[in-house]
Amino acid sequence: MEIDPLIFRLSIFILSIFVGYYVVWSVTPSLHTPLMSVTNAISSVIIVGAIIAGLSGNSDTVFNTSSIFGFLAIALAAVNIFGGFLVTQRMLAMYKKKKKNK
Amino acid sequence: MISPNLSAIFYLVSGVLFILALRGLSSPETSRQGNFFGILGMIIAVTVTFLSTGNFSTGFIFVLIFILIGGSIGAFIAYKIPMTAMPELVAGFHSLVGLSAVFVAISAFLNPEAFNLGKPGNIKLGSLIEMSIGAAVGAITFSGSVIAFLKLQGIMSGSPITFKGQHPLNAIILISIIVLIYLLCSTQSSHLFWILLSVSFLIGFLLIIPIGGADMPVVISMLNSYSGWAAAGIGFTLENTALIITGALVGSSGAILSYIMCKGMNRSFFNVILGGFGATDKTANNSSKEQRPVKSGNADDAAFLMKNASSVIIVPGYGMAVAQAQHALREMVDTLKKNDIKVSYAIHPVAGRMPGHMNVLLAEANVPYDEVFELEEINNDFANADVAFVIGANDVTNPVAKTDPQSPIYGMPVLDVEKCKSVLFVKRSLSPGYAGIDNDLFYKENTLMLFADAKKMTEDITKNL
Repeated sequence: MEIDPLIFRLSIFILSIFVGYYVVWSVTPSLHTPLMSVTNAISSVIIVGAIIAGLSGNSDTVFNTSSIFGFLAIALAAVNIFGGFLVTQRMLAMYKKKKKNK
Repeated sequence: MISPNLSAIFYLVSGVLFILALRGLSSPETSRQGNFFGILGMIIAVTVTFLSTGNFSTGFIFVLIFILIGGSIGAFIAYKIPMTAMPELVAGFHSLVGLSAVFVAISAFLNPEAFNLGKPGNIKLGSLIEMSIGAAVGAITFSGSVIAFLKLQGIMSGSPITFKGQHPLNAIILISIIVLIYLLCSTQSSHLFWILLSVSFLIGFLLIIPIGGADMPVVISMLNSYSGWAAAGIGFTLENTALIITGALVGSSGAILSYIMCKGMNRSFFNVILGGFGATDKTANNSSKEQRPVKSGNADDAAFLMKNASSVIIVPGYGMAVAQAQHALREMVDTLKKNDIKVSYAIHPVAGRMPGHMNVLLAEANVPYDEVFELEEINNDFANADVAFVIGANDVTNPVAKTDPQSPIYGMPVLDVEKCKSVLFVKRSLSPGYAGIDNDLFYKENTLMLFADAKKMTEDITKNL
């Protein structure tokens, strides 16, 4: 009997939780705010689902109920991706090693 | 069009890049490189999705247009937002992740063929379960984050909103969500799908309204975690590795942050979630409060004390963020340093309205991060310091947490500010902090209260130095 592919995805999921656990504990507390904004940005990789949804119409009807929800999701996720990465970059730029004052 | 196997490998690569993005945050030096990995991972994921659908017709143009619209709004916000508003921004972004998860789930439910999930009314059972969980968690994330955003922005009162029967009601709704998912999967009825979404929106709203302003660090981290689980749920539906990995990473990241925040307040997660901190005994506390003498001073006195000190520890709190005093503070510290006074900053884990809030503000004001210390690192130094300068913090310095088992904050780790030779307390009034209890520190012999706006007082002290 073959193993259901779901089991493989579940394995990836469980292992990633452990990876996340150890990686996040090693994040320095002073960078917890950038951590939140960058996790925000990467969780918007949900845009891949939104793109598939948006492209679900055929060439005659680009817009149907399903693809409209897809397009809306694309816009929302894009706000997050650009906003999240850029604001993280802006914050991290402030943490540049500064020359000590005198 | 590329083969499903090849695209699966690319999704795995982008998942790994996201892990590296978080890994980079272990130190400020590697963090910018980490962010770059994150961006790279995102570009790979999006490109591979385009290539694997192989659809570059009119729809593709519209996808690009919507990315452009969303992207420019996001970029605009990212450049304009002041650092003090970061908690609101993060809450707002969480709501968007939640809502887009909901939209993707709706789209997949209406048109499952596009996702290879079966036919409308006959969606594969496994996919339907994953989809409905993703949609429910996404909806909770959305409405919960909207409430958190409104509270942080001050549009909605930060005080807990509680009513009779709140907890039983929430429990009933949560159970009904599980029942609805079960029924939905057995009947495939679209009515049940919409009901499930509305009920999930409702519970997200109800879960967050009883939680007060100063508990927001926990709430934001929790919603961060939810947004991850929602993404993972959708990832299972779409059989997409990048989404599953990312969802798991973000989910555990948010969970760890909530744990750290709860520990910083010595409260259990459920205690925070059930809300209404100190709401019950607040009245009793206020009535029994007797007037005790305090010493208050002005900028001149404060400047005198600091000029004669050899080491000063600064304890910032939410009040500093409200007064936007971080730049004024840095200028004051620069002047102190010119006089060969050793200055360091002590940050309590729950200072501010989100994890790491104070660190970002100090970084914005060009404070070198190696002068900023966490509670465990610096707490022993208070005994050797001459002056503690408490600016906008309150409960996190209250010695009652160590001495009075009756106090609601007993057992919470606090900064040992009272061990300093003298304490300067910048505060607008004697009013108690969030926990609704008096701070004994106000009445100590060696405490000098500076009643003023944090920014103005700091500027005045600098003039007098």
